[in-house]
Amino acid sequence: MSGYAADVAALARKDLKLELRARDTLPAMLLFVLSTLVVFHFALPEGSGDEAAYGLLWVAIVFTALLGLARAWVPEREHGVLDGLVLATSDRSAIWLGKAIATFAFLAAAELVALPAFALFFQPLDAAAIAGVALANVGICAVGTLLAAMAAASRTRELILPLLFLPLTIPLVVGGVGSSISAEAGDYLLFLALYDGVFAVLSWATFEYVVVE
Amino acid sequence: MSTSSSNSRVPAIAAVAAGLVGLSLVLIFFVAPEDADQGISQKIFYFHVPIALTAYACFGWGALKALLYLWRREERYDLESYVGIHQGTIFGALTLVTGSIWARASWGVWWAWDSNQLVLFLVLFLFYSAYFMLRFSVEEGPRRANFCAVYALFGVALIPVSFLAIRLAEDFIHPTVFTRDGPQMSGTMFFTFCVAWAGMTALAYALYRVELVGKRLDANLRDLREALTT
Repeated sequence: MSGYAADVAALARKDLKLELRARDTLPAMLLFVLSTLVVFHFALPEGSGDEAAYGLLWVAIVFTALLGLARAWVPEREHGVLDGLVLATSDRSAIWLGKAIATFAFLAAAELVALPAFALFFQPLDAAAIAGVALANVGICAVGTLLAAMAAASRTRELILPLLFLPLTIPLVVGGVGSSISAEAGDYLLFLALYDGVFAVLSWATFEYVVVE
Repeated sequence: MSTSSSNSRVPAIAAVAAGLVGLSLVLIFFVAPEDADQGISQKIFYFHVPIALTAYACFGWGALKALLYLWRREERYDLESYVGIHQGTIFGALTLVTGSIWARASWGVWWAWDSNQLVLFLVLFLFYSAYFMLRFSVEEGPRRANFCAVYALFGVALIPVSFLAIRLAEDFIHPTVFTRDGPQMSGTMFFTFCVAWAGMTALAYALYRVELVGKRLDANLRDLREALTT
């Protein structure tokens, strides 16, 4: 394995191991997404249509991701790990990629519970909808990891992350909802892939400026 | 110093902006013919569209300065990027207001999700409002300048992506599309539009320069005060 890939793998493994031992984030995300779905059952009036439920699923996914992202940089911040990582010889974008992969794993694990629960409580999901979720996860983790690093370094911390993050998720929600309910789901999946490409490259290229010092 | 000589140009820029805006007002209300369908309410087109285009230009300008900051690491680009985005946000808010008035005049509602332009500006307005939240919650210094520059670059990527998203969302949110103004503009109307656009851009540039002068004065004053107290 080349140096860069080894760095990324080591960083992602560090986050996954930490989560396995401390179990801080993932149980909270799982419980949150399930509670949200139950709240939605009561928020949707009788006969409000099946399509409304798909929209709410996306709200649940975005907010669950937000919950995980708010915690993403806490270990680095609390123990001064980030200073050490920045001083290390590896490329700084590897820090972002490692964290994004770990966040993706948490989000995917939460969705492994949330999507069957959604199918059980509300509507079945087809392959296009699941592909939409997978593609949107990439965008959420790419953008969210970078913004969470900024938020962690700011005075307002967790307060500012949703403000920075939600306007950027609007295209993802459009793509996700479209891939769940539209007859031409392919267009929406293509759009999600485009979003992922644009913002993953942008985040990867700019992350070194976020962790400077 | 180069800043003081460029500061002396600000009154001239402001005069040009005032002249162009004045000329465009005359053209809009006395020269351009009234629209056959929409009547007098169509006049807001000459404000709304130039303001929207100017807002885009300001956001683009702010992102360009942000890119220059990340590249050259000169502090002045950070301030210029911030002021550009500040002006863009002001013009963005004006776009929302004028768009809302136009929607009321032509469709009878203050807000229309059918209008892609308005929805896009709402998204951008939220995005750039968060820019200010970010800027004011990070200590002044290279870190803040970096964060703001990166966020400004995300903004210019978000504009086309959101535009595309809103177009796609039409299919499942609103199957019907309103067309606001056909391309059939007469020569005088098009000329009026161009003058209004130039006027609005000049106005934004003048405001940008004025704000920049003020912000630089502030910074210089602070440095001076720190030098005196220490």
